[in-house]
Amino acid sequence: MSTTHMNTHGAHDAAHDEHHDTGGNTVFGFWLYLMTDCLLFASVFATYAVLFMNTAGGVSGKEIFELELILAGTAALLISSITFGFAMICAHRKNRAGTLMWLVATFIFGGIFIALELYEFNHLIHNGNGPQASAFLSAFFSLVGLHGLHVTAGLIWMIILFVEIVMTGLTGRALTRLACLSLFWHFLDIIWICVFTVVYLMGAI
Amino acid sequence: MSALLGKLSWDALPYDPIVITTLCVVAIAACVIAFLVIKNNLLGVLWNDWLTSVDHKRLGVMYIVLAFVMLIRGFADAIMMRLQLALATNGDPGYLPPSHYDQIFTAHGVIMIIFMAMPFMIGLMNIVVPLQIGARDVAFPFLNNLSFWLAVSGAVLVNISLGLGEFAMTGWVAYPPLSGLEYSPGVGVDYYIWALQISGIGTTLTAVNFLVTVFKMRAPGMKLMDMPIFTWTCTWANILIAASFPILTAVLAMLTLDRYLDFHFFTNDGGGNSMMYINLFWAWGHPEVYILVLPAFGIFSEIVSTFTGKRLFGYKSMVWATASISILGFIVWLHHFFTMGSSANVNAFFGIMTMIIAVPTGVKLFNWLFTMYRGRLRVTVPVLWTLGFMVTFTIGGMTGVLLAVPGADYVLHNSLFLIAHFHNTIIGGAVFGYLAGFAFWFPKVMGFHLNVKLGKAAFWCWLVGFFLAFMPLYVLGFLGMTRRLNHTDNPDWNIWLYIAVVGAFVILAGIICQFLQLYVSFRDRKQNLDTTGDPWNGHTLEWATSSPPQFYNFAELPVVSDIDAFTDMKEKGTAYVRKESYAPIHMPKNTMAGIVIGGLITAFGFAMIWHIWWLAIVGLVGSIVTFVVRAYTKDVDYYVQPDEVARIENAHLDNVAKG
Repeated sequence: MSTTHMNTHGAHDAAHDEHHDTGGNTVFGFWLYLMTDCLLFASVFATYAVLFMNTAGGVSGKEIFELELILAGTAALLISSITFGFAMICAHRKNRAGTLMWLVATFIFGGIFIALELYEFNHLIHNGNGPQASAFLSAFFSLVGLHGLHVTAGLIWMIILFVEIVMTGLTGRALTRLACLSLFWHFLDIIWICVFTVVYLMGAI
Repeated sequence: MSALLGKLSWDALPYDPIVITTLCVVAIAACVIAFLVIKNNLLGVLWNDWLTSVDHKRLGVMYIVLAFVMLIRGFADAIMMRLQLALATNGDPGYLPPSHYDQIFTAHGVIMIIFMAMPFMIGLMNIVVPLQIGARDVAFPFLNNLSFWLAVSGAVLVNISLGLGEFAMTGWVAYPPLSGLEYSPGVGVDYYIWALQISGIGTTLTAVNFLVTVFKMRAPGMKLMDMPIFTWTCTWANILIAASFPILTAVLAMLTLDRYLDFHFFTNDGGGNSMMYINLFWAWGHPEVYILVLPAFGIFSEIVSTFTGKRLFGYKSMVWATASISILGFIVWLHHFFTMGSSANVNAFFGIMTMIIAVPTGVKLFNWLFTMYRGRLRVTVPVLWTLGFMVTFTIGGMTGVLLAVPGADYVLHNSLFLIAHFHNTIIGGAVFGYLAGFAFWFPKVMGFHLNVKLGKAAFWCWLVGFFLAFMPLYVLGFLGMTRRLNHTDNPDWNIWLYIAVVGAFVILAGIICQFLQLYVSFRDRKQNLDTTGDPWNGHTLEWATSSPPQFYNFAELPVVSDIDAFTDMKEKGTAYVRKESYAPIHMPKNTMAGIVIGGLITAFGFAMIWHIWWLAIVGLVGSIVTFVVRAYTKDVDYYVQPDEVARIENAHLDNVAKG
């Protein structure tokens, strides 16, 4: 292997994107990553299913879930998926202002979801129902918290992408990244529907 | 506990003379290497051409270097255990106290599987897969570099545990509640958790990377069912990685929460269920053994077909057998805990599924035999490893079928029979395979041949040593000796323990031959250059490149119309054709982001282990910031100009013409 390749030549011509279908590869790779993430959630779901009856003499789901609050959070998250969809439509139409506006809307609804979740967690811990209280609560906080952590990561990513679009516009690279974040966001919505059903609705029965 | 250093204090330093001696030797070796690097002015080369490289071939070489380094460490553990058991008979305590001995058997398992076998497999895959499918690199070259540094990060943490604190004393599976805070209050299990967690995430990224590479970047004309068999087996291994490593990530995270934040997943109190850990662990752990062995099967397939000069017998059945093994490998994990109280019907299901795996494996074995049938087998070093494998692995496979009978497992579980069985399959299957692949592709990667005599000596020492070291363990299992014993007091066992330690030393001779072979071959490399790029009369595209391959792999992407693409080209006369002109080649630039993130993540892991919270935050935030900065770097690629391509290609073709 020679070292001659250190004599580099610049590679930033306009034709760059035509040489490689890197955007397509990235989105496909991101799909595969999401599948691994899905299995991560599946493992935690399985653990929750095994442990949710192990309340160790403490509270069960029925006693602590406040469905009105959860419904509000769910609505916020589902609406944020719709607004992200509008952002993507604007992005494909090269409408930068529209994209940015819908991203802000998505961010607000995502932020509401996280705020409600934090309120719920705080409330539970204050009443002595923190994750240390029982295996059920450990699994509950981990499953819901893992999803919350993902949403938070998505929000941070959204800020970074927002800055990129403001600075450089809707370049091919920004569009690819927007497509990945959009997949991530919708994926988290689907996961949340499972959490909502399995944890809250089935738990409240 | 101080805010600055967490749990870290002078008490963490070792006092055991064996450990102190080891650390001194390692320190001296590190100084010698550093001295040689600086004296020969190689620091720049090391940094620019290797550590920051995104070239899949160089990353592959570095993975294999990592595997060899960790092989030394893991084997040192192995020979210490065998010595201890040979000395500590008839009630003698031996030379290793239980606390040290327990760390050694845990470290041996973790190192050999996660930090020796996995890097070796991923190294070979890195080198060969993009070449075999006619691609210029993997789909995400920077991510590939990052994955490597995450693997190194895990390995570094395991090695730090030798000098600071302790390693887990739980066995490599780290079952709770033993691995919980109540029974393992030290930092040992935390070293285990973070080493596995960090390297595991790197492995997951590697799988995603290579799946995109084979599905999206195959040479024009190469359909999925035209892919070389090694690429196919790696692809299935990558599917298994993508499907199983997230489970490991999850279960380790839960154990972390139990240990750090007083959660109750696997604790005895609070409603925890430790069986859940064992379930999840093996839902990863069983596919993991197929992740290790499937690529080895691919290597043997390539070798058998190359050295008989024939097309592989039953290519399609080979692909489908690999697929069946992969899928069956996911529904057998419960056979690791038959004795833990599932119902008879559940045990029967998993037992039968386990036995069925022998069928596709048998298909593979017969395919290799039929490929050799009426061929002219050239008995080279790779072929020796292959033949040794076929005999050894068959024995290991059959003892596996025996263990798959739940009734028999009730008698044999946790005995040395089990230890003999899985060493029989992992050494006889995976390790022999990697060493075969190492001998097979070495001239391709490095441009010169390995010394044959020392290669043959290494093989025979390994083979004889293996049988001496592990066949006695089958007997000891039948005699009732369980695993992880520190000392014994049963005169019937002694002779078998003595034979086993002799075997370990014969394997040591094999490993020494292997390293001597590297030294001698490197010393005599000028006389043994491979100027053609095709030293074995190969079938697949990696042999169409020069040795070592051009950094861009292929000046023009090859057009494929046959399974044995390169054989087909040689027959049609389209190989080695001089082109009038070449197009510029688009290549990724090297980056230091991978090694920086690896370093920061190592700091993060170390800080988490020792509860140094400020450093943990710095490490984690620093690595995320580095990643984001890298994501916004525009200067990530360049073009190789046509005149440079022409110069390199013509030099290679001149060499080929000279023979």
